Amino acid sequence: MAIQADYSEESHLKQMKLAAAVPWYVRVVRAFRQDPRLWSGVVLLAFIVAAIFAPFISPYPPLAYHPAVAEQGPSLAHLLGTDALGRDQLSRIIYGTRISLSVGLVAILMGGLVGTLLGMLAAYFQGWVDQLITMVVDALLSFPSLVLALAIAAALGASVINIAIALAIVRVPIYARLARGQALQVSAQEYMTAAVVAGTRTHRLLLRHILPNIFSPLLVQATISVSFAILDESVLSFLGLGVQPPTPEWGSMISDAQTYLSSDPWMMLGPALAIVLVVLSLNILGDALRDRLDPRDRARVTAVDAPQE
Amino acid sequence: MTRYIVQRVLFIIPVALLVSFMTFMIIHLVPGDPARVLLGEEATPQTVAALRQQLGLDKPLLVQFGIWFLQLLHGNLGQSIQLQQPVWQAIQQRLPVTAELGVAALIYSLVIAVPLGIYSATHRDTWVDWLVNVLSLLTTAIPGFVLGLVLLFLFAVTVRAFPPGGYVSFADDPAGNIRDLILPMVTLGTGAIAVNLRQIRASMIEVLNQDYVRTARAKGLEERRVQYVHALRNALIPVLTIVGLQVGAIIGGAFVVESIFLWPGIGQLAVTSMLSKDYPAVQGIVLLSAFAYMGANLLVDVSYAFLDPRIRFDKK
Repeated sequence: MAIQADYSEESHLKQMKLAAAVPWYVRVVRAFRQDPRLWSGVVLLAFIVAAIFAPFISPYPPLAYHPAVAEQGPSLAHLLGTDALGRDQLSRIIYGTRISLSVGLVAILMGGLVGTLLGMLAAYFQGWVDQLITMVVDALLSFPSLVLALAIAAALGASVINIAIALAIVRVPIYARLARGQALQVSAQEYMTAAVVAGTRTHRLLLRHILPNIFSPLLVQATISVSFAILDESVLSFLGLGVQPPTPEWGSMISDAQTYLSSDPWMMLGPALAIVLVVLSLNILGDALRDRLDPRDRARVTAVDAPQE
Repeated sequence: MTRYIVQRVLFIIPVALLVSFMTFMIIHLVPGDPARVLLGEEATPQTVAALRQQLGLDKPLLVQFGIWFLQLLHGNLGQSIQLQQPVWQAIQQRLPVTAELGVAALIYSLVIAVPLGIYSATHRDTWVDWLVNVLSLLTTAIPGFVLGLVLLFLFAVTVRAFPPGGYVSFADDPAGNIRDLILPMVTLGTGAIAVNLRQIRASMIEVLNQDYVRTARAKGLEERRVQYVHALRNALIPVLTIVGLQVGAIIGGAFVVESIFLWPGIGQLAVTSMLSKDYPAVQGIVLLSAFAYMGANLLVDVSYAFLDPRIRFDKK
């Protein structure tokens, strides 16, 4: 990565031409060779495809139970075994992908949207607006995030959307802080002063001038955050405060398997692997994305360094 | 420095007030009538009204908060519905049990992370460094409850080296207490290892690249002395912040670990209270968790002032 950046217009045009000459699939292959971490995206894609096409891929309906084949280990008929009611584990894992991915995504979208907006407002208006928002953000960050998410989910009542709300709320302060810091930097730029002097409306300033310039770090944070939201969601369901049975969900499947740990340890394997694979590939992809989108951040802070998050 | 510390403590007051208010609001997130939710559908209107009065739900919101907060200042967190005992008393009984687990987990994570982080920073791009990176990436992807169940399966079911859960106090049976502690401690602490390790490695690498380290080497100091005396001292300062933040993760993690290993602490109480909709207990525990977390971070900030002269002598 020691290539000196050349920002001259001539070089830019040359690069554009070069890029246009290379077919897209060659560029994809090249990117994968350059950075093998991108393969984690393929794993992720497989889970996304499984979630979308669950009814066509699943060998059995996720809720169909056959007491005759209960508590079985992996076999040709049931690749990942069956649970205590004789339901096919693989099918339930495939359907569980829907819950995990959608809750993770929705939670980050909601939390990211609200947080980013709050952060931009704080940075733009400053004064008491900034103080108030900063105070709320500090207060939210004073709770251990999982504790707050559990309490909110317990109060709202267990449903998929309530869990997403609970997980979104605990993520609002992270985006608010990030967006505020970035927006403060952008606001100090000359083109912002120029835009203000030119009489640009507030919403236009926020959405057209600030947001596009703070978007990359937010996107990187979001990629990493989705994995944490998925982890938290599985914890909630594992403890019985998340998605309720009989809905197939990884955390609650593991919770069910806990009872049969000594008689049928296979029951835990599938859902556990699913969580680890999804979270791992999201983290790796987030790292790779950060290196690509955020060249300023040479310190290479990775997913695990992000405190709590 | 005193000024810095006083400032830091004063700053925490408005945040603590807001945290209390947010905790109080949890019960108002309950859809519909919390008293009705608590008592179930069969309850008579009289009992519902009585509970509403007991919980103070019949008064205006701010008055409710005022009453709740005044009681809080008197150390009264209300009455647990599930346990039929004051929330504060229930917490007090379980606090030492959870503290033992939490402190043990934190120490365990540091004992593993600090030497590994230093080694991996001073031996960059060797196979050990590579392995450490892979392992830390893996451990962040494994949820605590999965690790706990795997450990249970390996060391309590297959090899019966440890009990599958439970707790005896150290005073009653010291050896038994330690035996009960190991698996939950490893489960809870392992998640923190990766985070601490990465931070130690990163800040050690940064410090080793600084001019004063080069000077120390240039004047002929032994490499070991440069690394452990000159570099490590400064490298550990940013690690403190991460450790402070880990306290939050450990409190949250304790909820899960205590439930798996039947560890009779605050975490288990929290989960059973949440499941049985015992809101006074939930509020008390959430508030206590937040205050413990804030306290830990305050401690970190204050110790910064002791460790880092740049903060100590900063006139601002």
